[in-house]
Amino acid sequence: MRRLDLVRFAGGAIAAHPMRSALTSLGVVIGVAAVIMMTSIGLGAQQRVTTAIGGLGSNLLIVSPGAARGAGGGFVSQGAGTTMSINDGDADAIGKVDGVAAVAPDVRGAAQLVADGTNWNSRIEGVTPDYLVARDLTLSSGRMFDDREARQGRKVVVIGQTVATQLFGTDDPVGKRLRVGSVPFEIVGVLASKGQSGFGQDQDDIVLGPLQAVRSRVVGRRVKGDNVQTIYVKAASAEVLDQVQEDVTNLLRDRHKIRPGADDDFQVQNMASIMQAMQSSVATFTVLLAAVAGVSLLVGGVGIMNIMLVAVTERTREIGLRMAVGARRADVLYQFALEAITLSLAGGLLGLLLGVGGALLMARLGQWPIAIAPWAAPVSLGFSMLVGLIFGAYPAWQASRLDPIEALRRE
Amino acid sequence: MIDIRDLEKVYIMGEEKVAALAGVTLSIGRGEHAAVIGPSGSGKSSLMNILGGLDRPTEGVYSFEGEDVGHFDDDSLADFRNRRIGFVFQSFQLLPRLTALQNVELPMVYAGLSPRERRDRAAAMLDRVGLGSRMTHRPTQLSGGQQQRVAIARALANDPDLLLADEPTGALDTHTGQEVLALFRALNAEGLTLIIVTHDREVAAQAPRRITFRDGKVVSDENDRPTLPGVSR
Repeated sequence: MRRLDLVRFAGGAIAAHPMRSALTSLGVVIGVAAVIMMTSIGLGAQQRVTTAIGGLGSNLLIVSPGAARGAGGGFVSQGAGTTMSINDGDADAIGKVDGVAAVAPDVRGAAQLVADGTNWNSRIEGVTPDYLVARDLTLSSGRMFDDREARQGRKVVVIGQTVATQLFGTDDPVGKRLRVGSVPFEIVGVLASKGQSGFGQDQDDIVLGPLQAVRSRVVGRRVKGDNVQTIYVKAASAEVLDQVQEDVTNLLRDRHKIRPGADDDFQVQNMASIMQAMQSSVATFTVLLAAVAGVSLLVGGVGIMNIMLVAVTERTREIGLRMAVGARRADVLYQFALEAITLSLAGGLLGLLLGVGGALLMARLGQWPIAIAPWAAPVSLGFSMLVGLIFGAYPAWQASRLDPIEALRRE
Repeated sequence: MIDIRDLEKVYIMGEEKVAALAGVTLSIGRGEHAAVIGPSGSGKSSLMNILGGLDRPTEGVYSFEGEDVGHFDDDSLADFRNRRIGFVFQSFQLLPRLTALQNVELPMVYAGLSPRERRDRAAAMLDRVGLGSRMTHRPTQLSGGQQQRVAIARALANDPDLLLADEPTGALDTHTGQEVLALFRALNAEGLTLIIVTHDREVAAQAPRRITFRDGKVVSDENDRPTLPGVSR
């Protein structure tokens, strides 16, 4: 018989029971849609991790006080409640390590900003001029304060775009003054916009001031003496990053007089390795989600098998008649297998549309980053076809093994 | 055309062996019109199933135009039924989802004919049985007699050598039954070989040859036209 006729037979049987066919496919629809949405969420999270950590700066090490908890290094601990164990001296020493391109010690705190009678709550960081290099930041206007100003404790700041807009509207803020709490500062530059960070923070809502001035006049109560909260270390290249991390660690152990075998009182985090660790854990999570969703695809397959078995029983006489007028066993087998595959494939196609639609909707409503994998379409269609083939095979085989005489006699 | 020798068919029912056919030897020539008569359980249905290629004999020889049909495999039997045999059943056995035309097309689909070819031929067959105006009707929209005519048109679709009818009037009233039998006689007059299996003596009486079965054996074989011209053995 002709292949097209086989397709016609399968399609005709499906169209004869539109409601039943739709419900049968529903399992596969849900399964495929779930797999696509789950992998889209996972991939989106992976991309968010990449931009979040990549946005901190490239070839970056972050030195922070307090011991690293757990093996392999956790995520950046902000050191709340831990003793301040790193200071300016550490930063200067790190600057002399081979392969270090920039060192930027950093203290930070919340800041109540006032300018021209306008208030704005923001964050302030006390940094050295090298901070811009370490964090891959640029200025859109004005200039960065220099080392001399920083050493003298001059009260000058560089502000982010959000702060500029909130306090000065469209005016150029360079040369204007603002108060941080009660301390007056002069604005010397405006940072180029970096937008929202991967962690959901507005990176333009910030004020950068010289380390000394900010430490003593703004965040003084929380940071004692010459301690700092973070030291950003930028390596000259990705190749030397691991070596620099090791050298910095050894240097600090030396400076802090930590005995061999004792725990560090600081941690040096390599952003590249953190990114790798996070990405692999997100990837594991994605696989897990997809596997759970895949189970519903299997359940959908069982639903198809169930209905196909019912169909074979219901249509026993039809099968007998087809055999009597010349259908070979293979013709019957293919007809029923094709019916199952068509049901499954139609479900897969609908599930694909639903999954992609759902993922886009989530991206829009939930502000969740979504990345639809390019392989989603071919893989989900391939899989739903496979499900139809696997779960349609047994009912189709049963149909093809019927004895035509018995089948014709069936009521 | 048909030669069967010492044909046996044994069914195993649990522990017991039941001989539906117990040594049947029979010849039917091309163009004959025969009725196979007998009470239920006489073996006439088993004979029809074997003649039609729906079943294989346990013992003995079934040769159709010199071919050893009794030893065909499943696929060869399917092709044999498709091209050589036309079945007409008591309960019509039409597919309810399909129109009259599509029902008639069915054997031609399995023969691999093109859609245009089989449409034309199915239409011609429906015309031949007097249903030219009912082609797009579904079985439920047709009377019993009309349904049986559709079934006959379907049986003729692939121009078979032998038409096998199993109680073709069993589900019809007397008048409609007579019309169907008249159609059979007309087809036989055009040269079609015809075997009707029935337990109805009146139906059987209209066939020139009457073969009576009892307990799996032929008990009588009457023929009103023993010297049929052109009979091939």
